[in-house]
Amino acid sequence: MTKGVAVTGMGIISAIGCGVPANLAALREGRSGIGPITWVRTHLEGSVRVGEIAQNDVDLAKQLDHPAKGPHTRTSLLGCLAAEEALRQAGLMNVDRHALGLITATTVGGMDVTEKYFYQYLTSDEHLASIDTLHAGHTGQMMADHLGIVDGFVTTISTACSSASNAIMLGARMIKAGMLDRVLVGGVDCLSKFTLNGFNTLMILSASQNRPFSDDRDGLNLGEAAAYLVLESDASVKARKATPIAYVAGYGNANDAHHQTASSENGDGATAAMLEALRTAGLSPSEIDHINAHGTATPNNDLSEGRAFMRVFGEHVPPFTSTKPYTGHTLAAAGAVEAVFSILAMQHGMVFPTLNFSGGMSEFDLRPTTKLTDMPLSSVLSNSLGFGGNCSSLIIVKA
Amino acid sequence: MVKPVYINGMGTVTAQGTHDPERLFGEPVLYDSDAWHAIAPDYRTIIPGSEARRLSTGMKMSIAATKAAMEQAGVEQVDAVITGTGMGCIRDSEKFLRAILDNDEQFLTPTPFIQSTHNSVAGHLARMLACTGYNFTYVHGSNSFASSVIDGLMQLRNGEAEVVLIGGVDELGDHSTELHRRNGHIKGKPVPSAGLLASTTSGTLFGEGAGFFVLSNVKGPATYAELLAAKAWHKTGAEGIEQHVLDFLRENGVTPEDVDAVVLGRNGDGDFDGYYNALSEGLFKQHTQLAYKHHTGEFHTAPTFAMYLVARVLEHDAVPAAYLVKNPPSGTIRTILQYDQYRGVDHNLTLLRKC
Repeated sequence: MTKGVAVTGMGIISAIGCGVPANLAALREGRSGIGPITWVRTHLEGSVRVGEIAQNDVDLAKQLDHPAKGPHTRTSLLGCLAAEEALRQAGLMNVDRHALGLITATTVGGMDVTEKYFYQYLTSDEHLASIDTLHAGHTGQMMADHLGIVDGFVTTISTACSSASNAIMLGARMIKAGMLDRVLVGGVDCLSKFTLNGFNTLMILSASQNRPFSDDRDGLNLGEAAAYLVLESDASVKARKATPIAYVAGYGNANDAHHQTASSENGDGATAAMLEALRTAGLSPSEIDHINAHGTATPNNDLSEGRAFMRVFGEHVPPFTSTKPYTGHTLAAAGAVEAVFSILAMQHGMVFPTLNFSGGMSEFDLRPTTKLTDMPLSSVLSNSLGFGGNCSSLIIVKA
Repeated sequence: MVKPVYINGMGTVTAQGTHDPERLFGEPVLYDSDAWHAIAPDYRTIIPGSEARRLSTGMKMSIAATKAAMEQAGVEQVDAVITGTGMGCIRDSEKFLRAILDNDEQFLTPTPFIQSTHNSVAGHLARMLACTGYNFTYVHGSNSFASSVIDGLMQLRNGEAEVVLIGGVDELGDHSTELHRRNGHIKGKPVPSAGLLASTTSGTLFGEGAGFFVLSNVKGPATYAELLAAKAWHKTGAEGIEQHVLDFLRENGVTPEDVDAVVLGRNGDGDFDGYYNALSEGLFKQHTQLAYKHHTGEFHTAPTFAMYLVARVLEHDAVPAAYLVKNPPSGTIRTILQYDQYRGVDHNLTLLRKC
């Protein structure tokens, strides 16, 4: 097997807390972050529950290392905060970051601001600077400026729910190809009326708490989050004597080519992505110790993904968990959020429980891990499967 | 040995009607307005009838460009679909957002939401081609297409794929266009397209379009050019653009003298054309200089047209008069450098060579 690309730092903010330690505590205690929506004013407030981040935008901005300049959005503030934590852990907060790479991901970017001022822009000059937030690349541009990136490679990926996994994958590929030395990779999305109503029209929102891989699962809870990893080349790790916390060993990207918003019945895309991740990692299925499932708790996803597990792992599907009941489905951030959780699982030798499990699915015998389980883990496979048929799978191994 | 990467097929839909290959070397379409819609090909001959009515403009432009590119390349399948878009399917985004705001979140239908997602074009192309391979969408402003070029190059250089489809698309949305008038990104007092390059006032004129390209390690029946290198970065600091260009050329074993022509993304915005002037009046003062945004309008993925233009120039060894700004070529055009930025951010360079 190949060791892969070193991860030297990580940062996260989600419904279960600001920072890695807070997220770890909630995962260990089985504490869900799903609750009522407060920051977005919507008619759906009585009918949906979400994974909302506790802080409002003003408090988020206050937590930053230095003041945020320019027309920020909730999304870009969350992104800056998680990125700062990742850089701090990597020991890169006091290092020149002109040439640092940034590969971020988002689905709706600054939609929180756009939906607030959409018509007001026409009649008032007050928020004209925020028109810049219309395009999805704005978040990455603001993050790059905030983090002191100048001539580094900066880009943004939007492949729905698999976006952040693809950001991690691209970063790893570019380091392997010798195109980058150090790169921040991850994703961010905030809750918005746009997203909430969009998913509501698709009728895939849970009326209560999402219950992944349960027979009576009734849909997902949306969430908001930002999570970033610092990836580094071996040369960079060596040169500054950095300590890797994990390695990105494998990655796979495939398209289901089936339906814009639904997964194929037997998880063709997910199967292809997992097999490709195993191939690039040089691992056999039996060498995977744990799966962080996409597990959104929609009837379609969990059936399709579960079948894909059986196609890849046969009768020996490793212990698997969906952490969506903690954070909600954080869309473009999900792949990075779950990469952080996967690394935590390895660092602490434990499989976090899938909350809210209410009884196994009738279609197969697969059951998620439902109790906090101590178990040495040296490799975790993490899936992210999205709209547009975008399926991605990452394999992260212990440092 | 480094594997070569060829442009084997390409298709565009632009305000110049370049879906018809004859148009590039003909008289340009002139505009007086501040936002120019693409001239549509006859979609009924490209997309089955019922589907054509359902699909968004951006989607239709992308399908038409993809089909043309793949037909020229003589391929029916690709290993990867890599798209870029600055604004995504903005009309559907506007439609869904209006529905939310106008009707107080009532009576919503899912279709505009589903079509609004930025990856809906790449997803649709995957389904259309039954392509289950690598599928990516970049949404990083004016580096959206540059990101797909870099990714496609990396795939082919490193043997991750043998044939890839890269492309970019942006459509004009009424509301967002109006907002860009409000914030001055569109000129307050429009100039005719013919005068755009000479304009020094703030802002530019907007356009829309799509450009898709089939790249491969192996030449095809209609190979246009070799794609040598691409680079993208966030901002150009005090070192200046010239230093970036020199570094990029050196990294790729090319001297400024080897470059026969430059294609610059100047758009008549007096606040930001300085980046282009630094090159056109400095390092490349004596070089053949081309520009294109006075004919396509500015949009995040306008550099797709630059790649199309460069490839056609290399193929024909001639510069279409409408795009020549300065210094007609004196000999064979072998190597062309493309440079673009938008409002001081998202700088990108590409280098192409005759083959």
